[in-house]
Amino acid sequence: MTKQTSLLRPRTLTTAILAGTCALGISIALAQSEQPVGTNKDRSSHYYAELAKAPEKARTRANPREGDPDAVAAGRKLFEGHCAECHGDTAEGAKKAPSLRAQEVQQATPGTLFWILTNGVVRRGMPVWSKLPEPQRWQIVSYLKSLGVPEKQP
Amino acid sequence: MGLSTLAGKLTTVSKTSALLLFVLLVANASRAQESPYIVTYDHYLEEPGNLGIEYFSNFGTQRGGNDFHAFWFEFEYGATAWWTTELYLDGQTTFGDSTIFTGFRWENRFRLLQHEHFINPVFYIEYEQINGADKIIKEMEGHDVESSNLDPNGLARQEHKHELELKLILSKTFKGWNVAVNPLFTKNLLPSEPWEFGYAIGTSRPLALKASSKRCSFCPENFVAGVEMYGGLGDAKSPGLHETSHYLAPVVAWNLPSDWTLRLSPGFGLNDNSHRLLLRWGVSHEFSGFGEMIGRLFGGGR
Repeated sequence: MTKQTSLLRPRTLTTAILAGTCALGISIALAQSEQPVGTNKDRSSHYYAELAKAPEKARTRANPREGDPDAVAAGRKLFEGHCAECHGDTAEGAKKAPSLRAQEVQQATPGTLFWILTNGVVRRGMPVWSKLPEPQRWQIVSYLKSLGVPEKQP
Repeated sequence: MGLSTLAGKLTTVSKTSALLLFVLLVANASRAQESPYIVTYDHYLEEPGNLGIEYFSNFGTQRGGNDFHAFWFEFEYGATAWWTTELYLDGQTTFGDSTIFTGFRWENRFRLLQHEHFINPVFYIEYEQINGADKIIKEMEGHDVESSNLDPNGLARQEHKHELELKLILSKTFKGWNVAVNPLFTKNLLPSEPWEFGYAIGTSRPLALKASSKRCSFCPENFVAGVEMYGGLGDAKSPGLHETSHYLAPVVAWNLPSDWTLRLSPGFGLNDNSHRLLLRWGVSHEFSGFGEMIGRLFGGGR
């Protein structure tokens, strides 16, 4: 076997790094500008308004995992893995996303929450979660509905 | 190729891979839920503000020449919920020849519709500045065949390619099954070069649809398995299947609760123009809150 040599091209690599930095800069600027401005309450009301957009057929869907003793625990595990990053560890809300313990969410039907999970709120930064299989989305809904409204609203 | 030679080559590959794996294992990251595809794209984009760092290997057999190990890094950033941008850095080792950096790609994917629909389209545009020695074979296009990779690195790297690649990603997930179809159109930016065509299709499903209530590494829902097929469809001057190569590749991804994803895909050539084997594997991590952190650095905190 002949000796292996490294033939890195510094100019191409520099161009790649510059292109990447530009792309990253533009995208971060855009991502920052997509956050609704105003107080936390104002921002949250923008998000909660999305709940009303669920079609009637979606709103009336029943949770097939209701009554499943493992659904809440499994939903909690899924929530911690996929949702807590934005909505906070206990769904109390964070800078990027609103509280899911709020009355607006807790009073929504399971079907509405499932619809939001499936479709996301792409304009406002929430991705679609249809990549999670349907039973897992319902498990998350079970967990969310188990939280209830805290006694003292912030 | 003798068994001992193959073992030696795979040892070199595994040493590099083990080092990268170690770097990724010690990093802090968020939970992954990744598709198993290596060539095909589904319609799911990177989560906004997250940075995915991925490393992939592609070990290929080469008739009439030396086998190779191509590798690439991907830096995938979720700019918004509808836009993902990604930088690739490619390289390769041709055994008995040399190790070289072969270029970069800048890819962007745009979700075209707000909600989930029967079919979900995503527009893909990529600029590539690579040389003729690039062997990551991330997509097949035009009349790319096995013999195109025969030239020694010193000669092949003298060919410079500036290409624009467009894809329409069509994808649907139903009852846990994802089906994705990606028609591909590539144009070398030299005016004399024709448009080239290709395709990738894939289907996959998690081994279990319901999540278990306990944290576990080997739960069936952590594994996603499927198959993908990809190949060239000629170019604008001579479209069709003649002088094209095609591959069929089972794929599997293991999404671990410790926040990293492993993918494995042995690809088998379907005709005489194809490499007999393309063995690919990759490891990826997703870093949450990356955009926010950078935003704060530049005083963007609100």
